[in-house]
Amino acid sequence: MTVTAERLETTAPSASQDGVLLQVEHLVKHFPITRGIILQRTIGAVRAVDDISFFIRRGETFGLVGESGCGKSTTGRTILQLYPPTSGHVYFDGVDLVTLPPNEMRRMRRRMQMIFQDPYASLNPRMTVGEIIAEPLIVHRTARGPAIQERVDELLELVGLNPAFANRYPHEFSGGQRQRIGVARALALNPLFIVCDEPISALDVSIQAQVVNLLEDLQRRFGLTYLFIAHDLSMVRHICNRVGVMYLGVLVELADRDELYSHALHPYTQALLSAVPVADPVVEEKRKRIILEGDVPSPANPPSGCRFRTRCWLADKICAEQVPAWREVAEDHWVACHMV
Amino acid sequence: MAILQQESNPRMLRDLSSSPRVLDVTDLATHFKTSDGTVHAVNGVSFHLDSGETLGIVGESGCGKSVTVMSMLRLIPEPPGQIVRGQAHFLGKDLLQMSPDEIRQVRGAQIAMVFQDPMTSFNPVLTIGRQLTEPLEIHLGMTGKQAETRAAELLSMVGIPNGAERLRDYPHQFSGGMRQRVMIAMALSCTPQILIADEPTTALDVTIQAQIVELVKRLRDEIGMGIIWITHDLGIIAGIAHRVAVMYGGFIIEHAPVKELYANPQHPYTIGLLGSLPRLDQRRERLESIDGLPPVLYEEPKYCPFAARCAYVQDRCRQENPPLMPVAPHHEAACWVDVRTGALRA
Repeated sequence: MTVTAERLETTAPSASQDGVLLQVEHLVKHFPITRGIILQRTIGAVRAVDDISFFIRRGETFGLVGESGCGKSTTGRTILQLYPPTSGHVYFDGVDLVTLPPNEMRRMRRRMQMIFQDPYASLNPRMTVGEIIAEPLIVHRTARGPAIQERVDELLELVGLNPAFANRYPHEFSGGQRQRIGVARALALNPLFIVCDEPISALDVSIQAQVVNLLEDLQRRFGLTYLFIAHDLSMVRHICNRVGVMYLGVLVELADRDELYSHALHPYTQALLSAVPVADPVVEEKRKRIILEGDVPSPANPPSGCRFRTRCWLADKICAEQVPAWREVAEDHWVACHMV
Repeated sequence: MAILQQESNPRMLRDLSSSPRVLDVTDLATHFKTSDGTVHAVNGVSFHLDSGETLGIVGESGCGKSVTVMSMLRLIPEPPGQIVRGQAHFLGKDLLQMSPDEIRQVRGAQIAMVFQDPMTSFNPVLTIGRQLTEPLEIHLGMTGKQAETRAAELLSMVGIPNGAERLRDYPHQFSGGMRQRVMIAMALSCTPQILIADEPTTALDVTIQAQIVELVKRLRDEIGMGIIWITHDLGIIAGIAHRVAVMYGGFIIEHAPVKELYANPQHPYTIGLLGSLPRLDQRRERLESIDGLPPVLYEEPKYCPFAARCAYVQDRCRQENPPLMPVAPHHEAACWVDVRTGALRA
């Protein structure tokens, strides 16, 4: 396991950096595959997240991109301890969430919230908007009596909705408005950190911009830190300071936004960037596309060595034999590839 | 509609030299009766398509882009839907006047469709082979054996290896991208004159989307069919379409060759859409958002349906609905205001 040893060394320096709010170390999340009804045997595991390490600085937006099934949403949920990690550590403000006792974890949850992808499924249709937004306040006992109503009004106004809407039900709102309700709920407890899991993917183009601008305004106003999970690389470039690219449960590249988009090193990142259409026919005409062949392999049985090797045009013998080390090749530019 | 006659775009010239008009739609309108009232989904749209060219229809959900082509093919459930007026001439015959038998001969054979969701547009209990050979037997009168050989060829044409073996597989044994390839193979099985692609890549990842777009472009050039590509994604359209029609509130509000549209958008809605897109190749400080929501029209609008959200709005916009008017060579927009000056058009 020389690879693991190398990884340990290389992640150590980042921990000492200033202003880090969230530090993820060797996070692993496997979902067991079982067979049998009474005597359930584990016959394998979906290796949804397989040893990833990164950190997020205070006040920044960290983007996590990749295709469906690459483990980006699982990463977000495992960080928040919504899924118990298989192994690894998540340090939030210096405290390891993985080993935190449940009652302390509950208190910690006020500091971290989540905004979900589907604004239609993430709001309880039987609760009024006011009740939805008040729920975290009641659960965490941070407000009582008339103070709850005041806070709900304040939050609705904050996200650009009329406080008079508090008595309405979610179905009375459009997708963009519902996503604003989700944002208001996430803000109710004054969190430091919000995991935004594809918050705009379900929205129309003209509405996406509204929600993104809202998220940016709120970040500036409250000094929020975001983990922004998305598959839309153009939007990630717009909103994120640093971006991590995931493929089949592992991080393959991580860099500052502009660095990543101008000097992508990992072949997968290059292919991914080249596949994104640009809304300009003149640019499109001149662009060279790297068309990847085939599909993403199953995370239950990932390829040996480098997981991207089955679709990689640079793949060599070493790629099948050894897992490429996660290393820092330039300042704050990390990559896991034998060919870089 | 002489818009295409002296096209300057080199991509178009090739098409124009040998491309007859295959489709001419005029003043198509479709309503839906709902418990809340009659929804005016499509309100008199006109467009045309030449063989070998790709027309992009762009708009947000509910703008009427899918209903337009579904009406054309008479795939609107009636009731609640109703095609209230219009013509859709396909090779000289009006699709809207055809008998059910006649239109069935056209659908799937001469005009084929690829739908958004490759997961739900197959029958899950029939093999891919059964579903691929069906149109060949029905439309082309092939025998079972012939159809099977042809189906295997079609699969290899869309880049699925071991075609003959995979015919025995069921849809769930294919990945999303592969299923969309099979869908395309099925659509092309009878060599249609027109392929209608309704958000065919929306459910796919970008790397798979790039594969599908390349595939369709290659097949278009090989077969020489006309394509109507419906999408909300202005990025894809930039790469595949020759001409673009932007829809809003059941109207085509702007129509231009692709480069002209992106370089010189004339309708405030198109300008807003382009401004609200983040770009991969450049950074914007802030996205311009279009405030408000798209309308649901319960009656024929008496004024511009975009007026409530428009940054350039003038009094006339709230009194009269603008028709499509020429604003530049080969370029039409439905707006009273000249966005270059902010004043009303003369």
